[in-house]
Amino acid sequence: MTLHVSPPATALEPAPLLSAAGVSRFYGERIGCEGVSFDLWPGEVLGIVGESGSGKSTLLRCLAGIDRPDEGEVLFRGGSAPLDIYSVPEQERRQLMRTAWGIVHQNPRDGLRMDVSAGGNVGERLMDRGDRHYGQIRERALDWLARVEIAGARIDDRPRQFSGGMQQRLQIARVLVSEPRLVFMDEPTGGLDVSVQARLLDLLRVLVRDLGLAAIIVTHDLAVARLLTDRLMVMKDGHVVEQGLTDQVLDDPHHAYTQLLTSAVLTV
Amino acid sequence: MTVHQTLPGDETSPAYNYAYLDEQTKRMIRRALLKAVAVPGYQVPFGSREMPLARGWGTGGIQVTAAIIGPQDTLKVIDQGADDTTNAVSIRRFFEKTADARTTEATEQATIIQTRHRIPEAPLQAGQIMVYQVPQPEPLRKLEPREAETRKMHAWAEYGLMQVKLYENIARFGEVTTTYDYPVMINGRYIMAPSPIPKFDNPKMHMSPALQLFGAGREKRIYALPPHTSVRSLDFEDHPFRIQSWNEPCALCAATDSYLDEVVIDDQGSRMFVCSDSHHCETRRAAGHRGAMLGDAAASGLVASEESTS
Repeated sequence: MTLHVSPPATALEPAPLLSAAGVSRFYGERIGCEGVSFDLWPGEVLGIVGESGSGKSTLLRCLAGIDRPDEGEVLFRGGSAPLDIYSVPEQERRQLMRTAWGIVHQNPRDGLRMDVSAGGNVGERLMDRGDRHYGQIRERALDWLARVEIAGARIDDRPRQFSGGMQQRLQIARVLVSEPRLVFMDEPTGGLDVSVQARLLDLLRVLVRDLGLAAIIVTHDLAVARLLTDRLMVMKDGHVVEQGLTDQVLDDPHHAYTQLLTSAVLTV
Repeated sequence: MTVHQTLPGDETSPAYNYAYLDEQTKRMIRRALLKAVAVPGYQVPFGSREMPLARGWGTGGIQVTAAIIGPQDTLKVIDQGADDTTNAVSIRRFFEKTADARTTEATEQATIIQTRHRIPEAPLQAGQIMVYQVPQPEPLRKLEPREAETRKMHAWAEYGLMQVKLYENIARFGEVTTTYDYPVMINGRYIMAPSPIPKFDNPKMHMSPALQLFGAGREKRIYALPPHTSVRSLDFEDHPFRIQSWNEPCALCAATDSYLDEVVIDDQGSRMFVCSDSHHCETRRAAGHRGAMLGDAAASGLVASEESTS
């Protein structure tokens, strides 16, 4: 059931960046996710796929430090020593969430400040970490807006005035501006048109390569998983039913559910 | 203190304790004040009482003043910088009645100065106490509506968001357009709302020898600025903090270094600039300073003429 895969060749450090061990979260009687264990190495992109309600987002929230899991631990190696993110004080965890990792929400409204201009949204993390030079903050905001293909002239517009796709790209810029080591994405391409999706996927691939960014991407779109991820975890009813290299899992699915999932994909 | 005020011959009138509040309440407020002074800029919750005045009219400031005033104190109350506005007059009368307070309009003679919008132009001295009436004690409220969240942000000094507000100002208007209640960093630790004083007055708070107390009655918070505490107005390196300046001096006393109010004087669009601190302006006029429009104003009875002030 569980396939052990050695880290990809791109990894520079032998130690995993994030390790989850037996992460479980229950909603009363119901299972959110149960007994999820894996390692994520620097520069690696891990996909989590599964149908709606399979516990993907629950797992992501546990990993990202938003919801404390009922069992298990999450270790993050930002510095030299591994850090159990739920045993450190909340202050330190929030510090990590603002600097060392970032979360891209499914709905951009959850991740953006809708009353603050695009530039302010992108600049917030810079100001959080202590940048106090307006010109430099603005310059970096413009640079990041260009990288996510938002026209520089719109830097002072508010997210409300943006299309859904632009809001999503703005959210990604807002998260990546602090150059985090790890990014959590919950359906990042949901609601984007196909051409924008393709460019966004391109962008994400370049960023992962350039910044040595590790990412955990929750998606139900197997095409996105195929394009972006190195490794894949398939979830069903709160459990990981299969994990392995993306191509392996998608081309040669072992578990019956994975077989069903891959055969359900429409091809044009 | 003992029960103070019973009007002789009038058995139906209520007996007030000295300075209106009962001693238990004063003790509770003093305890909050002590904590506030010990942690400069930290907002201490307190059990705000109903006062014979609508909330939002200065109940926080009145409660703080009532808790610290004694028979030996001299009280000055200013509203919009002036000693003769309705709210200032009625608050002064309130303490004259309930605390037998000596009142004054002279900044130098006051031991307690209750204020809403201004810090007097005359420098504050050691031993004086400024009491501010604060409408909104939480500087982050407009940016983060959740109280639980703003408390965490204060606790861990996560103040990037405040800077986002200034960024927004500069991005939209080319400069920081916040002109009053301009956020300040206290003692290098807490960000504090200085109540709606103009940012012109912010530098006066820095290292001031006077004790400064802030009371928010509706929001039930007290905070304080002990004497000789650093107060830094937030800014950007390339957009440093600046205070307001005017092109012309006060029209009545020719002061060039005071905060000026713009007053429209007819329906032709003409206007005059006068000191907002009425006591400061009067003192200067008594000392012989004459502004360009003093003659006109005296002729129409708006200010006392030079002969009658002396």
